[in-house]
Amino acid sequence: MTDGPASRTWLYRHTAATRLSHWITVLCLLVLAPSGLQIFNAHPTLYWGERSDAEHAVLALRAVTTNDDEIRGVTEVWGHRVDTTGLLGASTEDGERVARGFPAWATLPGSQWLAMGRRWHLFFAWVFVLNALAFGLYAILSRHLTRDLLPGGRDLAGLGASLRDHLRLRFPSGEPRYNVLQKMAYVSVVVVLGPLVVLTGLAMSPWADAALPLLPALFGGRQSARTVHFALTFALIGFTIMHVFMVTVTGIANNLHSIITGWARVHHHGSRDG
Amino acid sequence: MAEPGPLDRRRFVLRGLALAASPLLAGCDRLSEARWIARLLQAGEGLTHRVQRTLTRRRALAREFPESARSAVFPGNGTTDPGTEAYQALAAAGFADWRLEVRGLVERPARLSLVELRRLPARTQVTRHDCVEGWSAIAKWTGVRLGALLDAAGVRPEARYVVIRCADTMDGSGEPYYESLDLEDAYHEQTILAYEMNDRALPVAQGAPLRLRVERQLGYKMAKYVTAVELVAGFGHIARGRGGYWEDRGYEWYAGI
Repeated sequence: MTDGPASRTWLYRHTAATRLSHWITVLCLLVLAPSGLQIFNAHPTLYWGERSDAEHAVLALRAVTTNDDEIRGVTEVWGHRVDTTGLLGASTEDGERVARGFPAWATLPGSQWLAMGRRWHLFFAWVFVLNALAFGLYAILSRHLTRDLLPGGRDLAGLGASLRDHLRLRFPSGEPRYNVLQKMAYVSVVVVLGPLVVLTGLAMSPWADAALPLLPALFGGRQSARTVHFALTFALIGFTIMHVFMVTVTGIANNLHSIITGWARVHHHGSRDG
Repeated sequence: MAEPGPLDRRRFVLRGLALAASPLLAGCDRLSEARWIARLLQAGEGLTHRVQRTLTRRRALAREFPESARSAVFPGNGTTDPGTEAYQALAAAGFADWRLEVRGLVERPARLSLVELRRLPARTQVTRHDCVEGWSAIAKWTGVRLGALLDAAGVRPEARYVVIRCADTMDGSGEPYYESLDLEDAYHEQTILAYEMNDRALPVAQGAPLRLRVERQLGYKMAKYVTAVELVAGFGHIARGRGGYWEDRGYEWYAGI
């Protein structure tokens, strides 16, 4: 039996485990990011160290009332103030401008409801962690991590060329394997950002801090951990935006097809295992 | 009419985005109000509670800081003065007439004055207070070990929880503040009923004359203006039945995270 010419252009790119884990992660991030902002809104100020001393705020989203009784949003970064009315500090909720860190459209639930935000966040944190553990175990045991994700010597040698191509917006599409920048992006999420966002989240738990004093100390204190957790959120949002952009420009139909069914159409290079 | 400025354009784009996202968000808000979602999400609390208790050393102590690490300003959250006539009268007399009631499932119910409380085994600790809102402050607390108080009263075998009754009502709701903890937390070495903060009598804003410290949980557990310690087999019959003022309003009973 020989394969027909058409079948040879299809590659089984993503295993069922990878696809399932990918979509569970999508669901988790869709819940965790806005519910996290809801929790942040209960005290929209970030600090460094163990304590939240008002005079040592790193970032603060404040609301101020002007002489004309207007509520305005002010964002303070290391003492520098920017008017961010409508977006940060003060925004419209149910037709009225109210003091709130992030606007209603960015939080879950939309209105100020800390208890419900925590319920969403702490439940999906479990889904995220269990999914990540399962995927991590799978990636190690199936050698997905070493074979497909960790960049090897040959990958790194081509880093400069790949970087140049990407900067010229010349993207490889339909390649059978991940390119070096793709590998580095995925590995940084799976090995660095993901674990760090979980650890900084856990470092805010007083129970976990008592059991593992090293945990908050690792980040310079509970308030630092909170600040890093917040920054990592935006790093993950940044990755997601970049990821969706790359998925779109390198052939959205084929990419979506492969992350849903597993099968991607690939260019033919002669030997299958390049 | 003037040309739309960049600010108007930005506002237009933001409004457009908000409009596009609103059906999705409204859907999420409806989900937040659905009972089955609330029940599902609550499963997370049980899992956290079980896993944290199983995986960690049960008697682990919360970190204690040097005195120099104390906050210059310690926020007074929730009630900062119960404001009732009875409370004001007690405060005016330096709480000389105040009594802590120990009641419920105990062998020897008691009414203890501050002087009597000070004779019981005490503990001093400089710890970090973590509010559910996200802020943290450090202070030095001195008080009677709740475990010692319970031993003096003799806990009956059917007792499972300690309910802390308070003198304050929140937000004009008329419902008194209360909290509850299990016996494991009640007997934890750092669980105290504090009568001193930073070497002075507990200030009114921090719950004078007595507040609970449960160092491995969030601030709302640490009830202020304590009037009674009540041993119970369950707390379903108290207020709305969830074991605390904030728990009755959707917050987790297990506030270790």
